[in-house]
Amino acid sequence: MVYRGPYKIRVEEKDIPKIEQPNDAIVRVSKGAISGSDLHLYHGMIPDTRVGMTFGHEFVGTIHQVGSSVQNVAVGDRVMVPFNVYCGSCYFCTRGLYSDCHNVNPNATAVGGIYGYSHTCAGYDGGQAEFVRVPFADVGPSRIPDWMDEEDAVLLTDACPTGYFGAQLGDIAQGDTVVVFGAGPVGLFAAKSSWLMGAGRVIVIDHLEYRLEKARSFAHAETFNFAEYDDIVVHLKKETDYLGADVVIDAVGAEADGNFLQHVSASKLKLQGGSPIALNWAIDSVRKGGTVSVVGAYGPIFSAVKFGDAMNKGLTLRMNQCPVKRQWPRLFEHIQNGYLKPSDLVTHRIPLEHIAEGYHMFSAKLDNIIKPLVVAGQS
Amino acid sequence: MTEIATPYIANKRTPMRSAEDLRAQIPGWGADLDPADRPSYPREQAGIETGAHWDFPERQPEKWPRERSVEHAFLPPVFGTSTPPAGASGAIRRHAYKYSEGRAAHWLLLIAADRVDAWEHHLKSFATLHPDNPITETGVAAEFRRDGLSSGFGQKRADTNHQWIDPIIVSTRWVLTAVALAAALKTLGKHRTT
Repeated sequence: MVYRGPYKIRVEEKDIPKIEQPNDAIVRVSKGAISGSDLHLYHGMIPDTRVGMTFGHEFVGTIHQVGSSVQNVAVGDRVMVPFNVYCGSCYFCTRGLYSDCHNVNPNATAVGGIYGYSHTCAGYDGGQAEFVRVPFADVGPSRIPDWMDEEDAVLLTDACPTGYFGAQLGDIAQGDTVVVFGAGPVGLFAAKSSWLMGAGRVIVIDHLEYRLEKARSFAHAETFNFAEYDDIVVHLKKETDYLGADVVIDAVGAEADGNFLQHVSASKLKLQGGSPIALNWAIDSVRKGGTVSVVGAYGPIFSAVKFGDAMNKGLTLRMNQCPVKRQWPRLFEHIQNGYLKPSDLVTHRIPLEHIAEGYHMFSAKLDNIIKPLVVAGQS
Repeated sequence: MTEIATPYIANKRTPMRSAEDLRAQIPGWGADLDPADRPSYPREQAGIETGAHWDFPERQPEKWPRERSVEHAFLPPVFGTSTPPAGASGAIRRHAYKYSEGRAAHWLLLIAADRVDAWEHHLKSFATLHPDNPITETGVAAEFRRDGLSSGFGQKRADTNHQWIDPIIVSTRWVLTAVALAAALKTLGKHRTT
C-alpha cells in the first residue's frame, strides 16, 4: 500500500527493497496488521508523512534475503519483527530503551525508528506490503517459536506488548484499582495485564459498546460507556469512593473522543499534536499521588494537557513507546500458561489488495472491528 | 449522620475481592505481582544483551543529502530510504529541518509540506494512466459492504457528532480542483472565440 494524502491510500507496485547496510534483512511479509496508531498517519496528523510511503509496523514473515554480517537469522526463517527499529548498541539500547534508539532516526531525536510511521520516525517503509527492509536483523527480529500461532505472533509485534508495558508503567501494587481509557487492542491488553500484576479492580472506559463487551469477556473488566454519562470523571470518582483510581492508563492517544472542540482541533484541523481528552480524564480521575501511564500515541507538537492538575495532585506520569522485544520472553510464558491469547482480539482478515476499505472500516469503526490483520498475497 | 466518604478519613475503602477469589476467577492473576517478574522493571537496566556485535554500526550509504534534525551530532548510521523530498513540498521540508525539534516552526512547516505534497501528487496523477480515485482510495465503499448504517446509527457513540466533517476534508481539494479546471477551460474558450 502507499499513502496518497489524508484519508486516502491505494495499492501500487513498488520495487522489492534492497539491502542498504550489512546487517539488513529483507522479509517477505505473510501477515501484518493495521494499528490504531496507523490511523493518526492515515488522518494526516503526524508531521512529515509523505505521499508514497508504505505504512505498517506490525508484521511477520519469512526471511527473503540477508546482508553480509547477519548471523542470527537465515533465509527461510519465519520471523516476528518488533515495531521498533533499533541498533542494540547505543546508549539507550544497551539500557533497554529500544524505542529510544539514537542510531536509526536522522529526522528526530525525540523518538526512535518505527517501521512505516512517517519520516518523523525515520522514513522506513512498513510491512503493509509484500516485502520490507528490516535493519539490524541480528537485533530486532526473532524466529517464531514452532508452538506459536502466526496470528498471535503478529499481535506480539506491538499491540500486546504495548498494553503489557502500559500496565508495567503503572507500577501496579496488589489490590490497586486500575482504570484503562480505551478498549482498543492496546487498552484491552493493558486491562488484561493489570490483573497479572495483581490489580484488585480493573475498569475500562470507551464509547463503543461492542468493544466494552470485549473488555468484559476478554479482560474480565468492569466497563463504562462515557457517552452515557454527563461527566465520566465524576462517575469514576463515585465508583472509587471519591478517592480516584490508584492507576490510570491512557490507551487512546491522539484521536480521543468525548470533547468536540478538542477532537476537531486536533484530529481534523491538526492544531494540536493530539486530542488529549483521555489524558486529561486520566489526570482528573486518578487519585492524588497516583500514577498515570500513557501508551496512547501523540504527535510531536503541543497539546492542551491539564498539567497544573497533574502537578498539584502529585502524580507520577510514566510513558514511552514500548521496547517490544524485552517483553517477549515473559509474554511467551503467559501465552504458554494460557493466561493470554493475543489473537482473540482479531476480528478481520483483510487482503492487502483491499486495504483501503480496511482503513476506512477501522477509522469509522464499522462492522464491530477491533483488530484487522492484513494478509499479503491473497485476494 | 451522613456517612463520611473515603478521602476524608484514613483507611476506609470499599472492601475489594480477596486474592484467593481473584486468583480463582481470573487466569494468571498475580503472576507478575512481584515487580522482579516484570520485564521492564526497572525500565532502564544496564548491560542488556541485544545481539549487536558492533560498538557502532557500519554506515549505510547516503544516496541523497539526507535531511536530519539539527539536534543530532551527525547523520545517524542507519535510516529509512522511503520517499526522498522532492518538489515544492521537498523544499519546505528541507527548510523545516533548519529548525530544532523544540521549535513550533519545525513541525508546522512539516505539516504544511504534507498538505502541499498531497496536492502535488494529486495533480501529477491526472497526467498519468493511474489518476487518484477518491472512491477507491478512501475505501468509502466499506460503508455499504460493512454495516455502515447499523454501525453508526442508534448507537451511543461519541464520534458521530463530528464524522460529518470527514467528507468535507476529503472532498474540498477535489471540488477546488474541479472549479479551477472549469475556470481554466472557460478562460481558454474565451481566448479561442476572440
